[in-house]
Amino acid sequence: MLIKLKGGTVYDPKHGVNGIVRDIFVRDGRVVGKSSGKVDKEYDLRGKVVMAGAIDMHTHIGGGKVNIARALIPEDHRADPFYRTELLRSGCGNAAPSTLTTGYRYAEMGYTAGFEPAVLPINARQAHMEMGDVPIIDKGGYVMLGSDDFLLRMMAAKKDQQAINDYVAWTIKSAQAIGIKVVNPGGISAFKFNQRQLDLDEQAPCFGVTPRDILKCLATAVHELGVPHPLHVHGCNLGVPGNKDTTLNTIQGIEGLPMHLTHVQFHSYGTEGDAKFSSGAAEIAEAVNANKNITVDVGQIMFGQTITASGDNMQQHANAGHANPKKWVCMDIECDAGCGVVPFKYKDKNFVNALQWAIGLETFLLIDDPWRVFLTTDHPNGAPFTTYPHLIKLLMDKSFRNDMLSTINPTAAAMTTLGSIDREYSLYEIATMTRAGAARLVGLSDRGHLGAGAAADITVYTPQDDKEKMFEKPDYVFKDGQLVVRDGAVVEVSWGTTHIVRPEFDNSIEKSLVKYFDRYLTMKMGNFKISDDEIREDGRGSLTVHPCGERRTA
Amino acid sequence: MTETSSSGLFTEVPSPFCGLGTDDLKIQADGTEIKVVENGCAVNTPAFEMPVTDIKPRVSGKKVSLKNAVAKAAEIMADSQLPLVAGLATDVEGMRASLSLADKTGAVIDQMNFNKALRNFLVVHDSGWMNTTLAEVKNRADLLVVVGFDLETLFPRFYDRFVWNADSMHLKNTASRKIVYLGKAPSGKASTSPNGDSPKVLPCSNEALPEVVAVLRALIDDKPLVVDDVGGIKMSDLQELAEQLKHANYGVVTWAAGALDYSQAELTVQTICEMVKDLNQHTRCSGLPLAGKEGDLTAYQVSCWQTGYPSRVNFSAGFPDYDPYLNSAESRLADGSADVLLWVSAFNTDRVPPLVDLPTVVVGRSGMKFEKEPDVFIPVGIPGIDHSGHAYRTDNVVAVRLSKLRDTALPSTADVLKAIEQAL
Repeated sequence: MLIKLKGGTVYDPKHGVNGIVRDIFVRDGRVVGKSSGKVDKEYDLRGKVVMAGAIDMHTHIGGGKVNIARALIPEDHRADPFYRTELLRSGCGNAAPSTLTTGYRYAEMGYTAGFEPAVLPINARQAHMEMGDVPIIDKGGYVMLGSDDFLLRMMAAKKDQQAINDYVAWTIKSAQAIGIKVVNPGGISAFKFNQRQLDLDEQAPCFGVTPRDILKCLATAVHELGVPHPLHVHGCNLGVPGNKDTTLNTIQGIEGLPMHLTHVQFHSYGTEGDAKFSSGAAEIAEAVNANKNITVDVGQIMFGQTITASGDNMQQHANAGHANPKKWVCMDIECDAGCGVVPFKYKDKNFVNALQWAIGLETFLLIDDPWRVFLTTDHPNGAPFTTYPHLIKLLMDKSFRNDMLSTINPTAAAMTTLGSIDREYSLYEIATMTRAGAARLVGLSDRGHLGAGAAADITVYTPQDDKEKMFEKPDYVFKDGQLVVRDGAVVEVSWGTTHIVRPEFDNSIEKSLVKYFDRYLTMKMGNFKISDDEIREDGRGSLTVHPCGERRTA
Repeated sequence: MTETSSSGLFTEVPSPFCGLGTDDLKIQADGTEIKVVENGCAVNTPAFEMPVTDIKPRVSGKKVSLKNAVAKAAEIMADSQLPLVAGLATDVEGMRASLSLADKTGAVIDQMNFNKALRNFLVVHDSGWMNTTLAEVKNRADLLVVVGFDLETLFPRFYDRFVWNADSMHLKNTASRKIVYLGKAPSGKASTSPNGDSPKVLPCSNEALPEVVAVLRALIDDKPLVVDDVGGIKMSDLQELAEQLKHANYGVVTWAAGALDYSQAELTVQTICEMVKDLNQHTRCSGLPLAGKEGDLTAYQVSCWQTGYPSRVNFSAGFPDYDPYLNSAESRLADGSADVLLWVSAFNTDRVPPLVDLPTVVVGRSGMKFEKEPDVFIPVGIPGIDHSGHAYRTDNVVAVRLSKLRDTALPSTADVLKAIEQAL
């Protein structure tokens, strides 16, 4: 089957295509070069904007803490029921949407992939089962290390980096992941020893290693294993005023290794002003601009009801007093990690929330290179992913942004430089941030672009002055060449693949792991590992293995 | 799980029955006969070893083909204005199929153990909790407080696997862990430490627990109280327990909602959970709710991720409408609103459908005996014996991978429910 997408205005940053009118041909789910074959189906896209399908590189869509979030807030679901249709299953939306609704709504916004950033190794099975029930979009997960007893014991025993690399690669394989995430390095473990904060250079209780050591160790492992996605870092001191210094220190401390700082907005706070809370976005942006090894996603907050779900139970416990409604869950988990789930209602008239909003936008606008900053709300922690079209409008439309700025808490408005920033993102930059850059960051060579050989994940919009309207309702979305959305509504339900990597490792690491599992854990090592069958056997799921680079040695 | 050659001898077999995700069972499969060779217990061994009897589905008591039974079940479902899809004792895939069918037919769903689980879910909906998981207990807990249930009867291998384990990463000596029973006393010796230390028991009736637990929380919060005893327990004993909790490095308070079988027991659970939160202002302490029988936690998990709610959802208006009271099987049967019963029960032959005067379809474990023959009975295989699958264990974090141990002609719950949905 040959499909011709005729005459659209194409934005394809991977190939430097910036608003050029051209035809795109799709055969058997892939973009092909100009084809002489008989066109089976033609779409007239003259006057339309064509981009690759969008990729959310950090969104909490599956796994234990997401399901705890769902159980915690039935009243939020009740306010946003999703009705069954002939084609679609029923569900619920907003802050902690059901899996089915998650897939439909992402696709309806032109997204074709989402990556769950906090897969606990011991809970990876659940993350995959939930993501297995997210229709249409592709998915994948970053598996969490850095507060797990096995790694901390290895580090305390000064095991060599090679052995740690083997453990990291083994974990990626066992959990069927595409990258490594670290959350409050050492901090989740420290909380289990009743410690309430762990600074970058503070020794973690029991193990005598610092968060800086852990970051360095894991970033080195990821780099040496050739995993395309750099170490995905949720740093120390999330939400703590003054944490911009920790973040700057973290950037310096990684000594040039590739590192992704996630939801950096929550880590960009200063201590100026009467309330001892101020924006550190300019300094963070300057450091990101200067250090090409660093990428960030923002974790923009939006005003309204949401819920925060994080592996960082230390900081979630510290912030539990802000829960709105007043209920929350924290857990210690299996000598592996933890989680904390706290509902939040961000208010535009609240000084702190208003400044958080401004800090996020400053971050977007002050980082020069759209290949190194990614559009996220840390769904649902800053806001539900369904707010993305509104966020894009804030970035693309200065006068709209300033109108919004004039409505927030006046003290916060006075403390942000946002009003003086003239930058407006272009369509090309939006396509970079949400497509080409995201695909490159995650390590998906055949997604996020429209060159020959790419998977035909394609979104078509009608250009409009109101960018929120434009991005919330694409004319067409194609997933692997199949038309899945028309006029912003799902017309076909397909099932995306699960993207993974399989870096090489020395399997003799299992000798020590088997002993560790038998002595200390509550499951056999053999039963811990997730088999390919588990993802495929429902007849819908599939695995797509992306290549790693050559294994490097120090 | 691994099979040693093709001799039918399986090691590291996980159990879907015990709630603890025990996965060190050694099992011999000989034809359709299953024998637990090592590491069995009073819960797992009989559940694994129960023989297969019926293989053939029945319609009105007569043996029929699977195809005919499915067609009849679909006909019954199609004629219904409001089907009740209940029981829901199955694995993840079976639950997915149950929800898909319920969504399509506009059914009400309810899991057979939800009256018990609701005592916990009401607390989650209202105030949340601070909990832990089994490996943290195994490696960190220096104090275990058991509230209102006989742990070793409900979870026979708990002490052996998670308390008196030889090695622990963060305790010098596991035998010196302190155990306190509040309410029900233990029935056996499982909680006696390898040193011979018996647990401390502060006995009271279930009915006294709300008061006892509230007083314990008050003592932890340094609230002055002027009474000498509560529910038959001396104040000085409760004060001592409060001090133990405050001074433990990693206290764990465990309860089994199913055992708190009295009106408004959710308030007791809530007091326990708020007490644990209070303790965490200064030290570490965690709750550990124990459950996980008949696939209950599995059903709540899958229902929660697909609908937003753990159970008792009514799909008849086209969206998942949660009401934990109105949508109980009991009330839907009592008020006459449900006109068909589809009962799913793949683990335990004793868990038969309620006796009702409605067209009834049972998708159940082979060997079920009915007081009244259902209109359709389709015997299905057991997840983790007859087919692969996934099941959750008590801490709601770990799902175990279940594997097939023998060949029978029995279909899985998911196979049957998908076929019914397709035949509609």
